[in-house]
This record gives sequence, structure tokens and C-alpha cells, in this order.
Amino acid sequence: MISLYYDLHMHSCLSPCGSEDMTPYNIAGMAALKGLDVIAVTDHNTCRNCPAVLAAAEEYGVLAVPGMELTTSEEVHAVCLFAALEQALSFDSYVYERILNIKNREDIFGRQEMYGLDDKPAGIEEKLLISATSISFEGLWELVRSYGGVMFPAHIDKNANSLIANLGFIADDSLFTAAELHDIKKLHGIREKNPYLDSCRILVNSDAHYLEDIREPEFTIPVRERTAAGVVEALLTRP
Amino acid sequence: MTVQDLTAQKEFVPVHVGKTADREITKTFCCDLLSIAMGKAPEGCAWITVMANMNTLAVASLADAACIVLAEDVHLDETALQKAAEQDISVFETKLPIFEAALLVYRKINGE
Repeated sequence: MISLYYDLHMHSCLSPCGSEDMTPYNIAGMAALKGLDVIAVTDHNTCRNCPAVLAAAEEYGVLAVPGMELTTSEEVHAVCLFAALEQALSFDSYVYERILNIKNREDIFGRQEMYGLDDKPAGIEEKLLISATSISFEGLWELVRSYGGVMFPAHIDKNANSLIANLGFIADDSLFTAAELHDIKKLHGIREKNPYLDSCRILVNSDAHYLEDIREPEFTIPVRERTAAGVVEALLTRP
Repeated sequence: MTVQDLTAQKEFVPVHVGKTADREITKTFCCDLLSIAMGKAPEGCAWITVMANMNTLAVASLADAACIVLAEDVHLDETALQKAAEQDISVFETKLPIFEAALLVYRKINGE
């Protein structure tokens, strides 16, 4: 097994709330500087900056897993990661059709900027990406699996947009194999109330919207191979 | 009733009162799913919710709500507080449940 320092949840400038400095190359550069082995840029309901992220990460010698942070119809945030870029992009097309049709207002929500493989701006996304989709949390695991990916509920310790805050508790018949906490100190209390988490790999990611908030190399994930598929496989394996 | 008048209610703690505090509150609106509030919150409403999130502020601004009332003793985090001040969105907090908080606003609007 190889141990990889990870940060598997952060936002690029394509998320309206993501800093404009969070360009794919800046993110990859910062991850390399910090000494992270693997990152995932997970914009709200979109994977459209993933091609640039993967290209930039490769140049900097960092592994990048393509993914998105999906907002379910219950407004639960779930991180979806994929073994290959094509899987992520076809999931992206499925999701895009199911985002509430609201035009972004940059003055309120912020700019949604796409980047090309050449590190240059490649267009503005007009549809508001941060709103909810019509995809329910119920069935999301199977849906993401059908695209070859893995899903884990995001920041379950937060009081908004989290599985526990929005849906009350973690059902015993859940299927997900990993869960993300923002603050690891809260794990004990949350696990006591939600014993399902005993069977999950617990991840601590930054959910960074600014370059400086990307995680330091602190938490590791054991993988069999240093690839996006290897990371997805590791996340599918219960501890 | 104006947003300013709401500050006189001892049950409501003003977190940020905007420059437009003399604005009339026209309706009471309750909803916790931002995706619904985004399309349905009436202009000039007092929006009562337990969703204390940065996005609540953006939605209030988009819907042009007069103010947000955070019920059930939920609180905005530091960053969201800053945003409320920056964007000048009036926000109150209350320990009351949503129904009681909304009823109180409703009664004030209707001069009860």
C-alpha cells in the first residue's frame, strides 16, 4: 500500500463562491508546494474545470482525481469522485440538465469561470451552479457507481448542507463507504449518534475556496496504485 | 412595520441591521430549502429560516427580502457575518421556533 497525503474537496474559480485565484494551475501549484500527493477539485454541480485541473496537476507532479460536489434535491452536499475524466464528464452532463434553471448573478453569487488546458480563461458559465439539482440523496450512491465513481457525504459536521443537518441522521441501510468531516474533533460525538460511521473511512478535506485554505499534508489515504482509479478503489474499501 | 421596528422585539437579536432598516416588511415567509426560497420568497418579506449559511444571504439578496430571521438559535459563522455587513443584509437571530417567530412577525405586520 502507498500512503498519499490528500485533499479531496476544494473549489476552483468555476464555483461562484471560489476565489478567482483558484485557477486550475494555481491550485495544482499550491498543492505541489504544500506537499500534497493527491487532490480533487470538486466544484458545485460541475466537472468542467477538471480537464484543466488534471493537466495542471500532471505538470506539477500531483495526482488529481476528477470530481464534483453535488447538491442533492434535499440540499445535501455530496462529493463525487471518478476513476477517469470521461466518467466525470458524462456524469457532469447528466447533472447539468438537472440543475435548477437560474441564471447566475455575478454581483450576488460570484463569477463562474472555466479554464482551458493552456491556463487561460475559456469562458463563463451562465447557469447558477450552486443551486440544488433534482437528484435525490436517495439513490445517489448507485447513480455515481453506475458512472464508475464513488460518493461520500460532505462536511457531515456542518449545520447546513450536510447529510445530518438536512436529513436528520444517517440511516443504517446507507451504502456509502466514506464520510467527510470538516473538524476531526467532532468525530467522536457524531459517531456516537450515528454508528453507521463505524463502517466508513473518515476523510478530512479542506473544502477550500481560497488558495491558502488548501490542506497541509496531514491526513493520508492508503492506495494500491497511485492513480485516480486507485483512489476511488481505496474510497470504496471499508476500513 | 419596518425592519427597524423588529429590533424593538426582545425575542429578536439583531445581528446586522442594514442601512435600509426603514424598509417596510410586507410579508412573512418560511422556508428552509434555499432552492425553493430562491424562486418563491416574496420581495420585501421577513424570511424565517433555520438555514444559517452564506448562501442564505445570497438568496435573500436575490429575492430582495427585507430581512432574514434565523430561528431555533442557529447562528451565522464569522465569514457569513462579514458578508451580511458587506452586502448590508439585515439579519436577526431568535431562540424561538420557526412558527412562533413567524407568527410574531405576522402579528406585528398586521398591527396586532
